[in-house]
Amino acid sequence: MVEAAATPATMSDVAATPPTARRGWLRWLVVLIPYAWLLVFFLAPFLIVFKISFSTTAIAQPPYVPAFDLADGISGILAGVREFTIDNYLWLTEDALYARAYLSSLVIAAVSTFLVLLVGFPMAYGMARAPRSWQPTLVMLVILPFWTSFLIRVYAWIGILKKEGLLNQLLLWLGVIGEPLTILNTNWAVYIGIVYSYLPFMVLPLYATLERMDHSLLEAASDLGCPPVSAFWKITAPLALPGIIAGCFLVFIPVTGEFVIPDLLGGSDTLMIGKTLWSEFFSNRDWPLSSAVAVILLIILVVPIVLFQNQEQRRAERER
Amino acid sequence: MIRTSRFNIVSVTLGFAFLYLPIVLLVVYSFNDSRLVTVWGGFSTKWYASLLENQELLDAAWVTLRVAFLSASVATVLGTLAAVALVRYGRFKGRSLFSGMIYAPLVMPDVITGLSLLLLFVAVGFGRGFWTIVLAHITFAMCFVAVVVQSRLVTFDRSLEEAAQDLGCPPFKTFMVITLPIILPAVIAGWMLAFTLSLDDLVIASFTSGPGATTLPMKIYSQVRLGVTPEINAVCTILIGLVATGVIAASIVTKRREVERQRAERLAAQMP
Repeated sequence: MVEAAATPATMSDVAATPPTARRGWLRWLVVLIPYAWLLVFFLAPFLIVFKISFSTTAIAQPPYVPAFDLADGISGILAGVREFTIDNYLWLTEDALYARAYLSSLVIAAVSTFLVLLVGFPMAYGMARAPRSWQPTLVMLVILPFWTSFLIRVYAWIGILKKEGLLNQLLLWLGVIGEPLTILNTNWAVYIGIVYSYLPFMVLPLYATLERMDHSLLEAASDLGCPPVSAFWKITAPLALPGIIAGCFLVFIPVTGEFVIPDLLGGSDTLMIGKTLWSEFFSNRDWPLSSAVAVILLIILVVPIVLFQNQEQRRAERER
Repeated sequence: MIRTSRFNIVSVTLGFAFLYLPIVLLVVYSFNDSRLVTVWGGFSTKWYASLLENQELLDAAWVTLRVAFLSASVATVLGTLAAVALVRYGRFKGRSLFSGMIYAPLVMPDVITGLSLLLLFVAVGFGRGFWTIVLAHITFAMCFVAVVVQSRLVTFDRSLEEAAQDLGCPPFKTFMVITLPIILPAVIAGWMLAFTLSLDDLVIASFTSGPGATTLPMKIYSQVRLGVTPEINAVCTILIGLVATGVIAASIVTKRREVERQRAERLAAQMP
């Protein structure tokens, strides 16, 4: 009924204005609802982390001072601001442990990004050159483990890498080694876990670019006498670059703050900042210090995150 | 002609072996009679039977499923709106901040997201528990949904929508009748991704949950720290089975719909 009554009006509306210039409250709600949600639950929390990183730990609920109460009014807030301290940041510079944890996270992230690329590239390349009819199935097979729990996949490696685990049993049986190797609780295990867990993040963007590649370029190169290795560096690698960059960002940034893998597979000497932040928060209950750790981590990651966003935005616009 | 070289076959095979072997081993050892996880003591389903008596684990599984269902559903709505905004709204004010807030959570380390959301909930005095986990999961999952739906929307033929509107269909109805059915596979894929991300999450849930709301990953994590047991293998096998069935069923259904649609289009094209 209502619809029927409204139709003539809408019709003339649509006829009068081109589709791109349509107005109406409904139209702006589409932007406003997700926008407001992200402002409240994504952006605002960072400001709070930033604020609390200047607070002092206290035995209270919540465990830090000053705790603002908007009811105190402006004078109350100003009094609170005067209590701000940079002690947390000073502490982070004084104790070399934190600097080492940041550095070692970046090194582990960089090395494992390289390893993931090394394992992922041949795989993505092979998939892109497989018969067309197989390709959707192969993509599905890469995605499927990604759907199964991250925690479970990391957990599966404990049983494999343990001293009496399957890998050692296999190597002993083959006679490659004389006595079991210690792999679990070392950085080796962390690297294996990261390469395993993040492989799909590298393979999928790589496959997406390699699959679009025109293979006649390689044939032309080989007809003109270009050896395969230099054809790879001169043709395949540059064409795959957008996929390589996207894959590297998708691996490097989250791995820098990774917690589960170093915690379950790494040893006590595996220093990663995600683990440090976790233990400051859950074991030491030092909220202001863990906020400061998070702020510095965010500052370190801001450049790669912005680069990643620009890359994704450009990609989305190219596809249009 | 595409040539499949031996090198390609070997690298793909090794890659998939690497991806699947740990999962296969995990499943196989969940049927192991022996308590020692690495010694095969014969086939048994006793670990599955003992799961059914583990009330704490069942409670945690129930909490997890409810969190995942609620958060995936809200995240799908919000993420789809965000994708439409990104693709269809051109350059509105604040667009770069908006798209930044969509892409950043995709790579943001969980520890930062978890800590910041927890501090927000504490600052506004929101009691921690079931609902704070749901809110946290909606926030990061909606960005994944937005990206999945966006990639479908950009390849979408807009002339269909324009035709509907030229014929007098109001924008909202156009969206429901024309746009939504066409992007539905991506919306469903987005929902499933959001569901599994929520099912999977340990770090953000640990930060944002309170007493009384323990999710399955939190439970598994605390048990894994104590050691590997066949019982956890059994839980993991059930989860893997559920997810694999869901994903494969969904892909078969979308594939069949796609084939039917193409057939219908061909028929329509042949009509005089």
